[in-house]
Amino acid sequence: MTGTEKVLLTVEGLTKAYPGVVANSNVSFRIMEGEVHSLLGENGAGKSTLVKMIYGLVRPDTGRMTLRGQVYEPSAPKAARAAGVAMVFQHFSLFEALNVAENVALGMENPPKQSELSQRIRQVSEAYGLPLDPARLVGDLSAGERQRVEIIRCLLQDPKLLIMDEPTSVLTPQEVEILFKTLRQLSAEGTAILYISHKLEEIRALCDEATVLRRGKVVDTCQPREKSARELAEMMVGETLTPPERSGKAPGPVALDVSGLSARSPNPFGTALQNIHLTVQRGEILGIAGVAGNGQDELLLALSGEIRTAKDAVKIDGKGVGDLGPNERRAVGLVSAPEERLGHAAAPDMSLTENALLSGAVRKELTSRGFIDWAKTRTFAAGIVKEFDVRTPGIGTAARALSGGNLQKFVIGRELSQDPSVIVVNQPTWGVDAAAAASIRQALIDRASGGAAVVVISQDLDELLEIADRFAALNGGRLSAPRPTQGLTVDEIGLMMGGAHGMEVAHVHP
Amino acid sequence: MDLSAINPLVLIASLMVSATPILLAAIGELVVEKSGVLNLGVEGMMIVGAICGFATAVETGSPLLGFIAAAAGSALLSLIFAVLTQFLLANQVATGLALTLFGLGFSAMLGQGYVGLKPPSTPTLHIPVLSDLPVVGTMLFSHDLMVYVSLALVAAVWATLKYTRVGLILRAVGENHDAAHALGYKVIRIRILAIMFGGACAGLGGAYLSLVRVPQWTEGMTAGAGWIALAIVVFGSWKPWRVLLGAYLFGGISVLQLNLQAAGLKVPVQYLSMSPYLITILVLVIMSANRSRAALSAPASLGRSFHASH
Amino acid sequence: MFILEKRPNPSRFWTGATPVLAVVLTMIAGGLLFAALGKNPFEAIRTIFLDPLIGDNAWYYRAQLLVKAAPLVLIAIGLSLGFRAGIWNIGAEGQYILGAIFGAGVGLWFYPSQHWYIFPLMIIAGGFGGWLWAMIPAILKTRFGTNEILVSLMLVYVAKNLLASMAVGLMRNPEGSGFPGSRDLSAYPSAANLEIFAGTGIHWGVVAAVIAVIASYILLQRHMLGFQIRLTGQAPRAARFAGVKPERLVVFCMGMSGILAGLAGMFEVAGPAGKISIDFASGYGFTAIIVAFLGRLHPIGILLAGLLMALTYVGGDIAQSNIGLPSAAIQAFQGMLLFFLLAVDLLSNYRIRFNLKEAH
Repeated sequence: MTGTEKVLLTVEGLTKAYPGVVANSNVSFRIMEGEVHSLLGENGAGKSTLVKMIYGLVRPDTGRMTLRGQVYEPSAPKAARAAGVAMVFQHFSLFEALNVAENVALGMENPPKQSELSQRIRQVSEAYGLPLDPARLVGDLSAGERQRVEIIRCLLQDPKLLIMDEPTSVLTPQEVEILFKTLRQLSAEGTAILYISHKLEEIRALCDEATVLRRGKVVDTCQPREKSARELAEMMVGETLTPPERSGKAPGPVALDVSGLSARSPNPFGTALQNIHLTVQRGEILGIAGVAGNGQDELLLALSGEIRTAKDAVKIDGKGVGDLGPNERRAVGLVSAPEERLGHAAAPDMSLTENALLSGAVRKELTSRGFIDWAKTRTFAAGIVKEFDVRTPGIGTAARALSGGNLQKFVIGRELSQDPSVIVVNQPTWGVDAAAAASIRQALIDRASGGAAVVVISQDLDELLEIADRFAALNGGRLSAPRPTQGLTVDEIGLMMGGAHGMEVAHVHP
Repeated sequence: MDLSAINPLVLIASLMVSATPILLAAIGELVVEKSGVLNLGVEGMMIVGAICGFATAVETGSPLLGFIAAAAGSALLSLIFAVLTQFLLANQVATGLALTLFGLGFSAMLGQGYVGLKPPSTPTLHIPVLSDLPVVGTMLFSHDLMVYVSLALVAAVWATLKYTRVGLILRAVGENHDAAHALGYKVIRIRILAIMFGGACAGLGGAYLSLVRVPQWTEGMTAGAGWIALAIVVFGSWKPWRVLLGAYLFGGISVLQLNLQAAGLKVPVQYLSMSPYLITILVLVIMSANRSRAALSAPASLGRSFHASH
Repeated sequence: MFILEKRPNPSRFWTGATPVLAVVLTMIAGGLLFAALGKNPFEAIRTIFLDPLIGDNAWYYRAQLLVKAAPLVLIAIGLSLGFRAGIWNIGAEGQYILGAIFGAGVGLWFYPSQHWYIFPLMIIAGGFGGWLWAMIPAILKTRFGTNEILVSLMLVYVAKNLLASMAVGLMRNPEGSGFPGSRDLSAYPSAANLEIFAGTGIHWGVVAAVIAVIASYILLQRHMLGFQIRLTGQAPRAARFAGVKPERLVVFCMGMSGILAGLAGMFEVAGPAGKISIDFASGYGFTAIIVAFLGRLHPIGILLAGLLMALTYVGGDIAQSNIGLPSAAIQAFQGMLLFFLLAVDLLSNYRIRFNLKEAH
């Protein structure tokens, strides 16, 4: 931090309400020049809405902001950028079919000519240790490289305040280190950073100040370096969390056996799976880490049966199922829950009853000769709602009306209620509040203890370290050899995930 | 059959005339689709343009005013599509079909008093030097203004998409409307303008049919030209020069088929008349057989509704 | 300014009420249109919507209503299956023509012999003709990923040319003194699609339409295949997750709509139209698209929408002869109906809030 201590941004009494939910209520805080300020809160605490108001994407209902003492009311992102506020989005605001330079130009008010811009992209990217080729198509870049495009787009505008929304969720630990060096360099040069995250160790490592949000309100402010991760967690969640319980039973026979699995991605910019080997025993949880876009979706599809492969590439209880579709695999005992809840795991506009039928028809025998037994389906849906504590007005409610956490409990519950022998889930707690996440993790552990083989694909390392018996990582469509979770270091995990992906360490100025 | 009756020189000249209506409609639709909107109402906009242009030209005696009225009329019609799909979030496929069904009926109604009339003729341009060249002069440089307007439009659309900021923003909106919105671009406004541009182009194409190519007014006279324009956008994989190529290929086939009819080929007339449609299908199949390339060149947001929700 | 707010649950009330609202709005806008044509709007609307039901000669028009509604409902039921699954068969008109050609072909083949099985064979041939024509876009879509909208539509123009060539060539009536058009099937007892109850307008096509409505209702509500159709249309990725094979669904939906459109064509050519002629195709295949949407892709809705659309046809004819309303005005009127329907459709999924502050 620089020693000048001038106030850059003040936020006073911001309130924003949406129908049925108050996203932000009377939020106030301030950021000094050159400060790395953290907004801390769990999913749904209102962090995203708050930064969208600062970036001019959402108008507050009441409240005011000042930037360097001037009244600051951005009507659009354009105005925010003109005032020196830039933002790196959680879900990238990039265009896959356009090249790097075009993507950068779209984020600037008055971009120079393409050739000149390409030159500047090279300069800035090298100065901050984030190498980029301006002519490459963004669709062909890795998640980490895409983030670099966003960061460079911001840096070219010489911002006074850089907003970063969950930037490390797409990076390996090594890449996180490099990013932090870049951010510290920027901070030293006088750029303030508003850093949004729910990852406590990162915030302790990086941030000078933290504002904690819970249910749209500021509940605390602190200097994160002086708090423990546990204290921060309790500020954020507002209650004491109990870690999941595990039974120490020895695993049983191999239930899922994948050998030499290769598959092309159904998406034009997807990642092909290359020669994947893994086995999971009954009673065991295999955790699969990896940065987004390294083949997680494809692996789930290839295991669930949406992508078909050679017969013996996937075996369940010794039986080759690689050439079978999802329903045939369900019949053998494999259930799965894809990452995207709305639109993939569940149909948004259909009722919970219909969504229960969606994947439950085979194992729960909800049809006879093709005709649907709606009474039986309703009973099944009601059972899931009850057992997994899904908060919903009723089973006739459309899936899209449920909150993320409740829908995820329903989706996971639907699969776990089918007495499966193999369970494959991708990002089981993504975007879910802490209480729901804890109950989902516990449910997965319980099914493993009950004798199921479980594969958890996740980008949340803490989650995997908490529940997985063995650990592997996807990198560029290849899977590292699984290793026991106990005793793994963060460095080892990072290397399994692909290390720094060819990134250089920032040239930090003395 | 007397194949010698087919003069290649005249064939090429009439090919350009024959291709122009489809080219105009297709280049407009290309811009619409580049912005991420699928407007299946090209046929309806063309036929409304045909009658607007015809009626105005007959009433005022000026083909130029006719073309202007055609562009304005169809742009206005496309505005209905724009409002329904952009503000009211109606399904784009259904709304495009509605536009076509409505346009066919509406144009027939407008055109009741105009059946059997002859429009004022659209003069051919005399370009100094070029028009006087032997062979190529009559083949390429002795057409009416609209033929050159259509070619200029292709060049302009190509240059705009490739080199200008407006073009970049248009492509960005069609590629990922959520990201464009997050960067602060007015997705809906940009799309509405693109839709209206497409409407105006389709209108010009329709008017070219009724004022130059045929030239008279009959109900349903577009006979699928709008749909063929849509197919040509796919054939051209959303690239302006390839759309030009597609339109001229198609124009060539229609002219050749007419010439074969005139030359007395021993095939029933109906089978020759269906050939352009069959060839369009064939072309679509060839283009779509290479799926990965088609997926890469199509705008990623094509046909999806955009509703800013945060 | 107004802003839209997505409803958490689709509104049941508006799902049912939007078609009615759309009809009312179309009547208002249509009235203005007719007034612009110099007609008394009230008289025109009354002539179209009431005269066929309660005017003079209503007994005749009511029968006509069923005759017109039958093909519309048959075709629309088939289309609705595809539309629900996101499969856009726009070429029902072509499938309708092919059904008529195949059906008439069988009838003409047996002429003049009299057998009880000729008419059933014609029904099978009609359905087969429509199915065959629909299989072209279906196979091209599943095999090459070709856009079914454009292919099915192009095939309408091909079918029209085929129809013309049949009328002047292969199927021309040898005793017709050289005029285009086939023998009159409705005057050939073994092949005629006659009224089952005299004076009611109920012919075999009406029976088929009612069966189609009931069967599709059961399919969509109670059968897994119907569930898969709905699921594919609403959430294609979820459908794959549920084990739906998209290719098979395309073939099924296109095939069903082809068969039903072919049947409609066959019943038409053997009954009300009577023969293959150049102007046999009357646009039912396109109007059925409006019927399908107006009926909200629901079998019962389609039944009602088909009757309403038949009313505009019959009433339009009366208006044409009584007050000189051009037939094109009716076509524009039908198109407007679809516009208004799509516009108000929004109310079932979104809430409109008026905002005094400027919305951002």
